[in-house]
Parts: sequence; C-alpha cells; structure tokens
Amino acid sequence: MSDQSAQPIRFLLNGEARSVSGQPATTTLLRYLRETERLTGTKEGCAEGDCGACTVLISENDGNGGLKRRPVNACIQFLPAMNGRAIETVEKLGSHRGADGADALREAMVEGHASQCGFCTPGFVVQLFSAWDGGKLTDRQAVKDQISGNLCRCTGYGPIIDAGETLAKLPKPDTLGEDLALAKRLGDIQNGAIFRYEAESSGGPQLWFAPENVDDLADIYGAHPDATLVAGATDVGLWVTKQHRDLSVLIDISKVRDLQMIEERLGVLYFGAGVTHTEALETLADIHPDLGEMMRRFAGAQIRNAGTVGGNIANGSPIGDLPPCLIALGARLYLRKGEDMRVLDLERFFVEYGKQDRAPGEFVVALEVPRLEDDQRYFAHKISKRFDSDISAVMAAFRLTFDGELVSEARLAFGGMAGVPKRASHAEAVLCGRPFDAVAVRDAQAALAEDFRPLTDMRASSEYRLKAAQNLLERFRLELTAERPARIAGFETGEARGTA
Amino acid sequence: MDETRIQDRSGAGEPSIAELGERPPTHERAIKGGVHTKRIHDSGVKHVSGAARYVDDEPELPGTLQIYIAMSEKAHARIVSLDVSKVRDVPGVACVLTANDIPGQNDYSPVFGDDPIFPQTSGPEALVQYVGQPIFAVAAETIDLARRAAKLAIVEYEELPAAITIEQALAAAGEAGHDLLDPHEMRIGDVDAALEGAPHRVLGRVAVGGQDHFYLEGQIAYSIPLEDGDVLVRSSTQHPSEVQHNVAKMLGVPDHAVTVEVRRMGGGFGGKESQPALFAAVTALAAVKTGRPVKCRLDRDDDMEMTGKRHEVTINYAVGFSGNGRIAAGDFSHLVRCGYSRDLSAAIADRAMFHADNAYSLPAARILSRRLKTHTVSNTAFRGFGGPQGMVGIERVMDRIAFETGIDPLDVRKVNLYPSFDSDRAPGVTPYHMPVTDSIIAELVEELEVTSGYRARREAIRQFNAQSPVLKKGLALTPVKFGISFTTSHLNQAGALVHVYKDGSVHLNHGGTEMGQGLFVKVAQVVAEEFQIDIEKVKITATTTAKVPNTSATAASSGSDLNGMAAQAAARTIKNRLIDYACGRYHVPEEQVVFAANRVLIGNEEKRFADLVGEAYLARISLSSTGFYATPDIHYDRESASGQPFYYFAYGAACSEVVIDMLTGEYKLLRADILHDCGTSLNPAIDRGQIEGGFIQGMGWLTMEELWWDDKGRLKTHAPSTYKIPTANDRPDDLRIAIWEKGENRSDTIYRSKAVGEPPFMLAISVFSALTDAVIAAGDGKAFPDLDAPATPERVLKAVEGVRG
Repeated sequence: MSDQSAQPIRFLLNGEARSVSGQPATTTLLRYLRETERLTGTKEGCAEGDCGACTVLISENDGNGGLKRRPVNACIQFLPAMNGRAIETVEKLGSHRGADGADALREAMVEGHASQCGFCTPGFVVQLFSAWDGGKLTDRQAVKDQISGNLCRCTGYGPIIDAGETLAKLPKPDTLGEDLALAKRLGDIQNGAIFRYEAESSGGPQLWFAPENVDDLADIYGAHPDATLVAGATDVGLWVTKQHRDLSVLIDISKVRDLQMIEERLGVLYFGAGVTHTEALETLADIHPDLGEMMRRFAGAQIRNAGTVGGNIANGSPIGDLPPCLIALGARLYLRKGEDMRVLDLERFFVEYGKQDRAPGEFVVALEVPRLEDDQRYFAHKISKRFDSDISAVMAAFRLTFDGELVSEARLAFGGMAGVPKRASHAEAVLCGRPFDAVAVRDAQAALAEDFRPLTDMRASSEYRLKAAQNLLERFRLELTAERPARIAGFETGEARGTA
Repeated sequence: MDETRIQDRSGAGEPSIAELGERPPTHERAIKGGVHTKRIHDSGVKHVSGAARYVDDEPELPGTLQIYIAMSEKAHARIVSLDVSKVRDVPGVACVLTANDIPGQNDYSPVFGDDPIFPQTSGPEALVQYVGQPIFAVAAETIDLARRAAKLAIVEYEELPAAITIEQALAAAGEAGHDLLDPHEMRIGDVDAALEGAPHRVLGRVAVGGQDHFYLEGQIAYSIPLEDGDVLVRSSTQHPSEVQHNVAKMLGVPDHAVTVEVRRMGGGFGGKESQPALFAAVTALAAVKTGRPVKCRLDRDDDMEMTGKRHEVTINYAVGFSGNGRIAAGDFSHLVRCGYSRDLSAAIADRAMFHADNAYSLPAARILSRRLKTHTVSNTAFRGFGGPQGMVGIERVMDRIAFETGIDPLDVRKVNLYPSFDSDRAPGVTPYHMPVTDSIIAELVEELEVTSGYRARREAIRQFNAQSPVLKKGLALTPVKFGISFTTSHLNQAGALVHVYKDGSVHLNHGGTEMGQGLFVKVAQVVAEEFQIDIEKVKITATTTAKVPNTSATAASSGSDLNGMAAQAAARTIKNRLIDYACGRYHVPEEQVVFAANRVLIGNEEKRFADLVGEAYLARISLSSTGFYATPDIHYDRESASGQPFYYFAYGAACSEVVIDMLTGEYKLLRADILHDCGTSLNPAIDRGQIEGGFIQGMGWLTMEELWWDDKGRLKTHAPSTYKIPTANDRPDDLRIAIWEKGENRSDTIYRSKAVGEPPFMLAISVFSALTDAVIAAGDGKAFPDLDAPATPERVLKAVEGVRG
C-alpha cells in the first residue's frame, strides 16, 4: 500500500461529482459544505453531534449492489470519509428521489407552523425525510424517536411531530431504479481497495487511509501504530471540533466489510466492530427488550447511524452505555494485531480510567455476545437527566442465572459508578446461592457500597449514583414479581416490559 | 400603471390619469393575511429549504478575518501580566486586541459601565471575574489559526477569593458590607401584624436554578469597515440600538458612525439583548484597526461559558393563612445570583418581585430582594425576565398551604385569586400598589378546571397512587398573571418606517427584531390590514438602526404591542394622505373614501389600491412615513416601590399530570392542558406556537436543564452533551392547548391583542407543582417535600427520601 499514491476525495454532492484535494483530512463535512460549497442551509448548532442542525443524508454502496442511506451529523464527519459516498443537503433534498415526500414534508412544516426561528429546521427536514425514505417513520412514536437527536428551542416540537406524522402516512417511494443507478455511479468513483489521502493542515502533514478489508487494515495499522482509528467519528470528530487536537494519521475503518457483519452461531451473536448502533439495535433488542430500549435512548438517530459498537467499547468511556449491558451478558472481545488474534472478557478490557488493554497497532475486530438461557433473567436500566440522547448518570445491567429458586450466578455491571464500566463483585457474591428476595437485595445493596465509591460531577452526585444503583437492584427484583412496576421511560405508551 | 412612463424625463409632458392604464379592481371579500388570521411565518418557506439567511450565511467579503476570543481560566484573579507578543508573530494573524487597543470606552454594558470588553492588562482594573471572561482577541485569516495563535499567549494570574454559590455570595457581601446592587423592597399592608394574627403560619425555602438560553444560532457579529471610519455591523441581536451605541462608545465615535443590521436571529430568548454588544464591539474594533471585514462566531462551548444565563434565585417565604387557605400575609425574600456584573440584574430582580404575587391577591405582603455578586458569568435577560422565579415562590406557598390544611391545592389557589374585573369585589392591589383591574384569571381557571377534568383526574390519581407502590402520580393546576410593559417606563416606545411604492407595494420597517417569534409577520398583518392589501404586497425588511433610530430591545413580550402600533401609525399617516388626495381629486367627503380588500371606494367609484397610489404619486403626495408609539398611562416610582408599571396583564393557566418513580426519581409529564389569554389574537397560529414553545422551554428549566459549576467556578454543563434541553420525546403527546376565546384586552392595544412571548413560559410551573404533588403522594404525609428546581431525577429522589420518614 505504501507505493500507492495519494488520491483526491471523490464523492457526489446533490448529484454532482466532486473531486477534492488540498483540504485538511480533518476538515469537517459541515465546514466544507458551508465554506467551500456555500451550501449554508446546513447549520452548525453545536459541532458535537448533539443538536442535529447539520443533518445531511449520506448514501453509499451496501456491498451487495444496493444502497445504504442514512442521515448523519455533518459537523463531526471528516471530509475524506465521504470518499465514494453521496451527500444530499437540505437545498436539494428530494430533487433526485422522493420529491413527493420532500414537498409534502416542507408543506406540512410551513402550513403547520413547525418553524419559528428556523435555525434547526433544515436539520429536522433532512432527518424526517431520510427516516421516511428509509422506511423508519412508522408511527408517531417513531417520528419522535427519529428526531430525538434534533434540538428545537422554539416550537416545543408539537408541529414538527405533526408534520412528521403527515409524512409518515405517505408511502415510501419505490426508488429501486434510482438506487441502482446511484449505486453504480458510486461504484465508479471508488478509489480502489485502499483509499489514501494526503493533506496539509495547520498542525502539519496528514495521512488518511480507508481500507476495504481487514488484512489491509491490520497491515496499515501495523505500519502506523500511532494512527487514530475512525469509524463513525462520533468521538474522534469531537477531538477535532472541540479539543482541537492535531491528528496526523487517520485510518477510516468504516469501509472494512469484514467488520460489518452480524452473525449468529449456536446461540452466540457476533458483531463486527464496525457495525453501527442502528444496525445492532434490532439484534440487541432481540436478546432482551431492555437492550432495545437502551439502544433507542442511546443517542440521536444520526449518531446511532454513524457510531459503532466497536467504537463505543474501544474508546473506553466510563459512562458508555453499551459496555455494562454487554458485560452483564458475558460478552467477549476479539482483538487483532498484525496476524495475531486474541479473545478477552469484555470487563477485562477496561483496565482503569483512560486505559484499556489494547496494544499499539491492535484493534477491536468483533464482539461475541451470548444470548440469554432459559434460566437467566436480565435487566438493563439507564438513568439520565433527559431520557433521550443523554449520557447516563448510572447505567445498570444485571444478569442472574437461576438454579431453581436460587441464584447460581450473578453478573451486575455498572456504568457511571467508577472510572471504568465495572462489575459489582461484592454484591454479586452476596446474591449467589440464595433466592433473589427482598432480604438478598438488601444485603446486595449494602455490598454495593463496598463495590463503588462513585464520583460527584455534573451528571449526578456520588450519593445519588449509589442510591439509584442500589434501588435498581430492588427494581429488578420487583420486575421479576407479579407486580412488575412499569418503567417511567416507557410509561406513556404502556409497553409491557417483561423480563426474558 | 406603466412605470417607465411615469418616470419619463423626456419632457413629453405629464400623462393624464386616463393614460395610466388603470385596471378595474378585483372583488375579494377579504385580504390575505389580515389581522386575526392564522398567517404562516413569513420565513417558513425559506426555513424549510435552507434559504433563510442568518448572519453566518451571508457571503463573506474577500479578506474577511475571523476572531477568536481568549477566555479567563480563573474565576477571580488579578492579571499579573499578559504577554501576547508570540500571538502577534504567528503568520496569518492580522491583529491581537487587548484593552490597550480600545480607543473609546472599554465597556459593553447596557447600563452600569461594569462589563469590560477586555480587562486592563495592568493596574487595579486588571481583573478577571469569571471563568470564560474574554481577556483578549485574535483576528486571523482563519478561525483555526486564530485559536491556535491564542494558545501562545502567556497569562499570569494571581488568584483571589471567589464566590461561586449564593451562600458564598452572601458571605462575601457580608464581608464587603454591600451587595452588587442595593436591596429593594416592596411592601403593602402591615405584614408583621398580619403574620402574627394569622391562624396558621409556615416558613419555607425553595431554590430555583438558572437556565442557558440555548438559542440554536450562537452569538455572532460581522463588521464591515466603511469610509470615514464608520462601521456596518451585522449582529444577531434583539437590541440593535444598544449594540450600535456600545460599538460607537467603544470606538469613541458618534452613534451615527455605526449602523447595525439584523434580518433574523436563530433564537434569542433574552440572550441576545445585552450580550451581542461584546461580539459586535470586538469585530468592529478589529475592522477599524485592520480595514478588513471581521467576523466573530462563537463555538457553542465558548458561547455557553462566555455568556450570561437566567438568574438562579433562592426564595425564603413566611406566610400566614386561615383554615380555608386564604393568605393573610406573605413575606418573601429573594436571593438573586447576578454573576460578576450588574447588566440587567436590577430590572430582572425587580420583575421577580413584581411577580411574587403571581395571580393572587395578598392583603399584606413584603418582598425583599438582594442582588448578589458571584464570580460567575453575568446573568442576563431570559424569557420572563425574573418573573418566573418570583412566581415559583408563591406557587410553592400554595402547595405548602394545601399540604398544611389538607385542602386541594386548586382550591387554595382559587380562594386567593385576584377578583375578576367585573366582580362585585373591589379589585385586588399588588404589592407595588397597582390595582388589578383587568383580572379574568378566576373565570379562566374555572374553565380549565372543567375542560381538563381536574376533579375526576384528581380522584383517579388518588386511586392509582393507593395501589401503586413504586410509581406515584401528581397533578397541579396553576395560573399565570404576567405584567406587560418594560418596567423601565421610558423603554415603552417604538418607531416604524413605511414606504408605499408607486406600484402599490409596501416596504415595512420597524425597530423590532425577528428571533422566530413571528413579530415580522404580525406587524405585516397590521400594515396589510390598515391598507387593506394582501400581505404579499408588504415587504418585510431587516431591522436596521439606519431606518428606525433609538429603539428599545425586542423584549418584555412587547414586540407586537409596540411595533404593531408604530407601524399602524406610519401606515395610517400615509393612508390619511391618500384619503386627503382622493377627497380633493374626486370631490367626495372623507367618509366616502373607504379602503376595502385591495381596492379603494371613492364615492361611487372604485380603484385598485395600486392605482390610487400611482395617482397620488403624480400628484406629488408623500408616500413614506415614520410612525411612533409610546405606551400611555404607565409609571413607577422606585423610591416608594409603587405605581402602575404595567399597561395590562396577560393571563393563562395550565394543568399538568406527572408520574414519578420512587426508586430512581425519574419522572415523566403525561399530560398538560393549557388555556391562555392572548386578548383577541393577532395571529392565533403564531400565538399557539409561542404558548407551546414557552411551556416546553419552561418545563426544561424546571426539570432537566441544570447548570453545574465546580468549586473553581468552571461551568461543566457547557454544551448540549452535558446541558440537556427537552427533546421531542419529553413533550407529552397529550398536550391540549387552547387560546381563551373570550380574550379581549381591556387596554387599547393593537387590535385588542395581548403580548404572548413570555407569559406561557410560566405555565410550566404546573409541572413543578405536579412533581411536588407526586412526591407528597410518595410520603407518609408528615413532611412537606422541599423540592428544588431543576427537579432532576436526583432531586426528586432526594425529596422522596425526605418525605418517607
């Protein structure tokens, strides 16, 4: 690969071909759109993927001759990641496909008074259109879930949701012909098996690699062990837009096909590290509804469309929502360095705050998640100030294995309680070998105080974190009884939230 | 009419009217977009297509420089030295600005002169007083360069003791012997005697947090240098005149040398009233120094750290009441966290006092307000302007009295409401001695009580709670009475400028600014109505200090009231000239010139509006006019804390139902019913938008939106990742909003409408009270929950634990 020369970034913008060089590799798509293309309909509200004002629709080949289309936050996407992809912005939305839907949405928004200051509006329009186009606007609740990553400070959302519902009633367009044509055009502008981009930034020279297969990834990473791996850029994007870090070598793993599989073998699920949250959601929900609910609230749809399962683990955040849920399930991690592969219990990956068991040049390949057995009960509960798209104060996930009435194994995993996602070993020990009753819960609650001395910060105090974690054990117990108190998050819809 | 013909200077002579090609008028029954119609937002079509331009969307001129503002890392410190020489040396840096570069006054404050643009670099004024305070600015070819260069500055601080919390501020004020602003007191009746004589008395305290505006468009200014050292500033501001004045004062030039223009803001909510002057001043200074256009657009995190917020207020109350819940006396003290400077805090803290009674007639009351200095960002205007905080105090009192007496909270509220304007009872008098002569709140509350099914739901909730051990529901119906007018009386004035062009199209300009609230379309409706022409004929134009001078901020919900009247006056002047012309030309009396939909009836004749205008032009009639309005009958004497500060009151009420989880403190708003008084609404669709948006924003303030500073005074919730405003899923699907159909302003406002920008915000207090109600249901009935705001799950859980014995 080293002999391969640098290539321009080739993509389609609102249907027109672009071939771009000379932009720093960490130029965000948003800045490129606004400053170079002067497409100023796409707005910057936060530059960290939390407000949705910069939402654009990305299309790419799905590897099977079809198209994968998803709305993402342009503010934290790097321009070279657009290589081989197509971008649609608010200005031309629906001009190539789904014009009826785009027109109907715009009309419903205007006539329904769904914009006030209008600054967030383009983001909502693109997000709703994309969700409709992708068949995700099934009902009113789906509309709300789809726009939970879009903030509006003026309207109170009602008219926007109404407009979304109007659109939801419109049949999704049949665009097979357009899809195939676009897929072919995109196929024509791919830059080979390894895309390589070179640039000069104010922080010095930059290199960008985007391999398509995992062996090439291993080689490149081996040659550049200090490189930054980028998948959805939902974290790395902020290193640039918020921390203003200089990144000299970046490896885009979002095009590595081998990392994008979801497979099931003998009751065990395997998720490639590059599987996005959106792609993982359904399978995780199938393991347990609590996981589906956690994923629904995980972030806004745009972030779920970009961020990956592997990334959420590999970045080692003490408050990532996924790791505790997976640790409780007994998940294992596959790591690769060069030709060497190793397997690790997920909880062992998190060594301490900011430190993971990952060598230079080593990367997460896949995640192994066993399904629940008949004798196992599972519980996952996220507590945050806001239900949707918030970082948890406490994330608790429990799996109990029963031998008759008695607990034979307990896995109690928490996020937000320590510098890393962590199991409560004292409390687990207390629960084993006895019935999971009120007394056992009380003892385990006391033991939790030995397991954790959580931090006080802007999300919650130490006292609250511990108290809530203790109470969640009680909630788990109650949810296993006939009483089964409903969860607040789903209270309105009255969804049954049983236990597996 | 043939335009080229009437502008012909060939000397071919004046055309006769017959030659003008006048066409017979059409006969619509009504114009499009008149008052009281649900006209769409004038920019709606542009919003949804991305075509609406905000300051950052305007094409940048060649050579535009970008500004980065370097901020203090200390809450309170003396600047021992500031060395920016390395910053200057970076290629691509055009200039570095410090206090030493300011030719005029180093201040961007609205009133008090205590907001330095940059701190002095030496001497006693070389102070920083909050983390995030601007210290210097870098103008460079790109924002990345500017930011990178700024890091090379060497700032040496000598840290000083800092007061971050209200408690620390109280202690510091005690040591200093004075507060940031003098305390103020309002008083009616003999409070001590009434408290003493009341059958029951309680004391309590409620702490109410601040709020970040989170306008989606951050602060931004773009300055273009002109000849004579003049500057044109495009600013995202609610107060162009103040920005103009502050820029001129900073440059040391007359106000006429500075023009400020704003077409629209991406949200304001009060956050773009006094603060945009800073960014305008910094860009203008750099523009004048370099001769190049200069932009400053804040990053979201910088914006949230650098700019002020809603005031946090702690309210202590003592209240005496009788067995039926009727208040005999209320004694309130407000501890107001102002931040480091005065800004608008005096008027904001005053307005909190003006609303300490909310909709309740207090026979005796005392309201004491202390305005405290903290070493945090200077808090500023935010929708409601202190009013919401004041109201939370009395609504807490209502919940408390209900708890103590066992009477339903709604009945406690009802027995205390101001009497209706048409009731036999004498009008109630506010603690600032203003008789409430337009109260409709009792009738409105009665109506909402019925339409929301309050009594039946109260019973259903009682039953639910009895059989639900983990989840508890709560219900509350709370009223709002909000005073309309700037309490600084002289601000209640507005100007407008209307041109009618020869073709009958109209150019509309006024001093109000558009931040999404729909002011522009409302004022256009007024002008369309006055001329009786379709609203498409009225061009809405950007606010600029060059067209209408000396304007007040678009604030205090006053936008339509003031500018609608001013624009109507301007249009009426032109209309009267047209009438005079028609009377003379067609020999008819004045009453026979009637403006109907897109036409004018003149005696037995009728003409298109455009044709009459064309004729008037030929007859050399002026078709341009200014208009002016000053609110009558308002005055307030701050010395005696009495007067008539408000022209009228806006009313509303909301009923909210919540459910809480006693194990986690999580909660959800399940349903809200709102009935709001817009007078006779100018635009019911726009007003409904204000009601819903205000309610949800208010709910955010009282529930999930938490500002959190660490002990070093660093705001840790400075981005949407950590500061959470409501999302679509926080809005209850069951949200029933009605505009009160009987509404009519008893004061002579524009088409008898009422202001609607701020009042609905306070409808959200019903959510806070409903949470209190649910927490009470979780307890054993012995202790009242002292739930503070924002009622995060953590605070709710703590309150639950507090009432469970």
